[in-house]
Amino acid sequence: MATAEIRNKIFGTPETNYLNCTKGWKSWAFTLDHKRIGVMYLIGVTAALFLAGAFALVLRSHLIKFDSGMLSYDNYNKMFTLHGAVMVFAFIIPSVPAALGNFVLPMMLGAKDVAFPRMNLASFYLWIAGTGCLMAAILFGGGLDTGWTFYTPYSIETETGVIYATFGAFILGFSSIFTGLNFLVTVNTMRSPGQSWFKLPLFLWSLYATSIIQVLATPVLGITLLMLIAEKTMHIGIFDPRYGGDPVLFQHFFWFYSHPAVYIMILPAMGIISELISVYSQKRIFGYSFIAFSSVAIALLGFLVWGHHMFTSGQSPIVTLIFSAITFTVAIPSAVKVFNWLATLFKGSILLNTPMLYALSFIFLFGIGGLTGLFLGALSVDIHLHDTYFVVAHFHFVMVGGTLTALLGGLYHWWPKMFGRMYNDALGRIGCALVFIGFNVTFFPQFVMGARGMPRRYASYDPEFQIFHQISTAGAFVLGIGILMAYAVLIYAAFKGPKCGSNPFRAASMEWQSSSPPDFHNFIHQPTMNDPYDFDSQVYDEELDTFIPREFADPDKVPPRKEPVHH
Amino acid sequence: MNLHLPLLLQTSNEEIIKRVEESTLSGTKVPQSSIEHEGASSFAQFYDSSYWFPEQASTFASSVDFLYMWIFWVSTIFFIAIVVAMVYFCVKYRRKGDKIEPLPSSSHNTLIEIAWSVGPSVLLVYMFFAGASGYFDSKISTENAEEIYVTASRWNWVFTYPNGDSSSELHLVKNQPTKLIMQSTDVLHSMFIPAFRQKMDIVPGRYTYAYMVPTKSGQYRLSCTEYCGREHSKMRTLAEVHDTPEERQENTQWLEDEYYPWKNGERIYKINCSGCHKVNGEAATGPALNLLYSMEERPVMDGKVAVNEEYVLESIWFPAAKVVEGYGPVSKMNSFKGKLTQDDVNQVIAYLKYLNNPADVAGGDIASGLRAEGGDSGSSEAATTTEEVKTEASEEEPATAGDA
Repeated sequence: MATAEIRNKIFGTPETNYLNCTKGWKSWAFTLDHKRIGVMYLIGVTAALFLAGAFALVLRSHLIKFDSGMLSYDNYNKMFTLHGAVMVFAFIIPSVPAALGNFVLPMMLGAKDVAFPRMNLASFYLWIAGTGCLMAAILFGGGLDTGWTFYTPYSIETETGVIYATFGAFILGFSSIFTGLNFLVTVNTMRSPGQSWFKLPLFLWSLYATSIIQVLATPVLGITLLMLIAEKTMHIGIFDPRYGGDPVLFQHFFWFYSHPAVYIMILPAMGIISELISVYSQKRIFGYSFIAFSSVAIALLGFLVWGHHMFTSGQSPIVTLIFSAITFTVAIPSAVKVFNWLATLFKGSILLNTPMLYALSFIFLFGIGGLTGLFLGALSVDIHLHDTYFVVAHFHFVMVGGTLTALLGGLYHWWPKMFGRMYNDALGRIGCALVFIGFNVTFFPQFVMGARGMPRRYASYDPEFQIFHQISTAGAFVLGIGILMAYAVLIYAAFKGPKCGSNPFRAASMEWQSSSPPDFHNFIHQPTMNDPYDFDSQVYDEELDTFIPREFADPDKVPPRKEPVHH
Repeated sequence: MNLHLPLLLQTSNEEIIKRVEESTLSGTKVPQSSIEHEGASSFAQFYDSSYWFPEQASTFASSVDFLYMWIFWVSTIFFIAIVVAMVYFCVKYRRKGDKIEPLPSSSHNTLIEIAWSVGPSVLLVYMFFAGASGYFDSKISTENAEEIYVTASRWNWVFTYPNGDSSSELHLVKNQPTKLIMQSTDVLHSMFIPAFRQKMDIVPGRYTYAYMVPTKSGQYRLSCTEYCGREHSKMRTLAEVHDTPEERQENTQWLEDEYYPWKNGERIYKINCSGCHKVNGEAATGPALNLLYSMEERPVMDGKVAVNEEYVLESIWFPAAKVVEGYGPVSKMNSFKGKLTQDDVNQVIAYLKYLNNPADVAGGDIASGLRAEGGDSGSSEAATTTEEVKTEASEEEPATAGDA
């Protein structure tokens, strides 16, 4: 039993923390602290998000008129390529794992840092270098107009900055592998005493599954991009039909990485949602093992469905058939997660604050994104819908409605931990509502356009689609304002928000046992290992105005343990 | 809830249609009615497949639409169930005051979890089989299929029919099974006809095939759906379905009676060059051609070059030799050596001269225009210029489409 003095020292607001323990730019640039690296990653990916988001708004503005002259065709093509490339390679893939994951993962294990802190910092600098190469494609390479997919033979022929950009994506791949490898080793070797695999928070299961994909799939992308560079500079004849190569081979290689990469984007997001739904319902997550194994199942099945991007590419019909069948099986573990989240809400004590609203919007938007995937899995329907706006809407519902929503939800959830200050919840909820409404208005009309035959990557289009494009553009600006507002509320809170305690939301996973913001060493005590979804293990402390573990609480004031419910 | 709220989502907008016809920017051949969407147009009719799709003009369109709507309803039911449950729980179990403890409830139930994992799989199995069978229906060629060769290039379509005619729009015969044998001369393209629900990539270095049986006469959109560079979005043309082979032939054949070299040159121009080179003086991907013979010398990258037969031949066979000033390497033209013979080039030269001054070439008093009016091929008074043919047709077309 701890005295009030010890309690205050452990859980009270500390005078020195990871943010102010050392000063000067060098203490950040050469830090090995996973929390600082996480914060730097967060700043980096947010900058990439705003840049690529600005490209998106330019695109949408261009598309207001069917024969718009706002951008030249070349500039339009560059704009959609850069929007996709920066969003995918520099923002979405590193967003949740490298920014939030870096901060939270070691703390969830009760560890001091990740297994390889230097590799962690190297990962961040590789991200800087890779993103720098992408920027070089814009500044020195004359832009990039291949689409983010770099399909051959167009990418071989075009004179825009393909080599800069592919080299950038190659380096970003290493950054991603470093993070993945680090997480795998950390989770395997650095768990707290008594923390078995089934006592890991589900966010870690999903990060672990993600890391498997990052380590296994990313090298294929690296090799493919190097071969593309070799083809472009030396005409080695792998992808270029003029030298006996096969352009469809490139698509196989590319999607062998890029389909699993879709799960790199969505799995960590699903992990965040599992945490949020459980904490803000104050209820043990329903069907823990089903959710945990569904993450692994998605990661493994994700390797076997790349061919569904190529139903019309000229691959053999039998192969097409097999890919369609496996594609449908991915629907099952995804649906399992959604059902389990709903069951967690049932009879919970649901707090509708900002992070929870993001979690609920995730279920709504990912529901649409996932279900529209069924249309695209069915062969005959996909032949019609492939490469139309239907596909564009589908993957934006998954990547923006899914990953970005979850990232914002996760930021609102862990922000008080990261900076020790609380945000304005009312403004946060308004931002969430704007994101939700703006997103739906932007992308829902695109389903209708796509089904009616509007092809993607079109700088001008048939006038019958104009009204849909106009609605979509209006929505995009609302979405943009919503995202800006969400970040503004957070940034204001980080500097000026009221100080908050170590565990304001009564979460039970270990990172909440540190002070807010955490000490440089994460914990100044041995954190108590308990079940991450046993919220009864945390009790309210009036003096500190926050929740602390039972073991540290004043024994006179601790309410009795609830009867655990077994089934 | 007012289901008519998305009135904005209505498609038909006469003013916009008019604008596209008047638009000089629209170098593509959109269907003159420009609207294939004859069915439900308000989102209030979302339950009707004609809201989601263009009209059904091929044999397998209806099965695609059926499966789409089937998945649509399954998805809608699941989605509504999920959202209703979510909202209901959030309202009913929302945290009141400081009461943070939840009600006691189970956190695990293997039976239910297995049930909701396996149960929906049955629906997935049906989706897979229906999709696969529809897919194979659209992949199998019938024995009497007519074979049409398709050559896609940046940013142009050429369709060559069994009798040797070719055109830059696809002309089909109603109820005639058709096999498109497709090849690309440069990068990836993709042939997409929404009204037929058919799409197939065109891959350089190999042949790909698409099968279709059109069931409804009319004009439909045909678009390139694989990104192919600058004017990808202009790589649109028409797929026109005719009632009889004769009617089709009127639209594709070149009439012997007018066999002047410049006339044939015009035909060669339309099939091979019109995607990038305009004859109305406007710069497109390549320079306009009608001004060529009005100049004696033309500024190119390394100076000037005399405009003569040799220059034209070189530009067609070896386009990179002398690139006109202001046209960058991005818009580089493919060589037509092997595709156009010297004789073909001579006829193009005749056409170029005709564009400058009709009196310079033999038969120059014959009006331009590829198609003859009616069946009366000999009459030279039929159409005057291509532009006028287009305008006349576009004035009539919406009316007939409206009547239908």
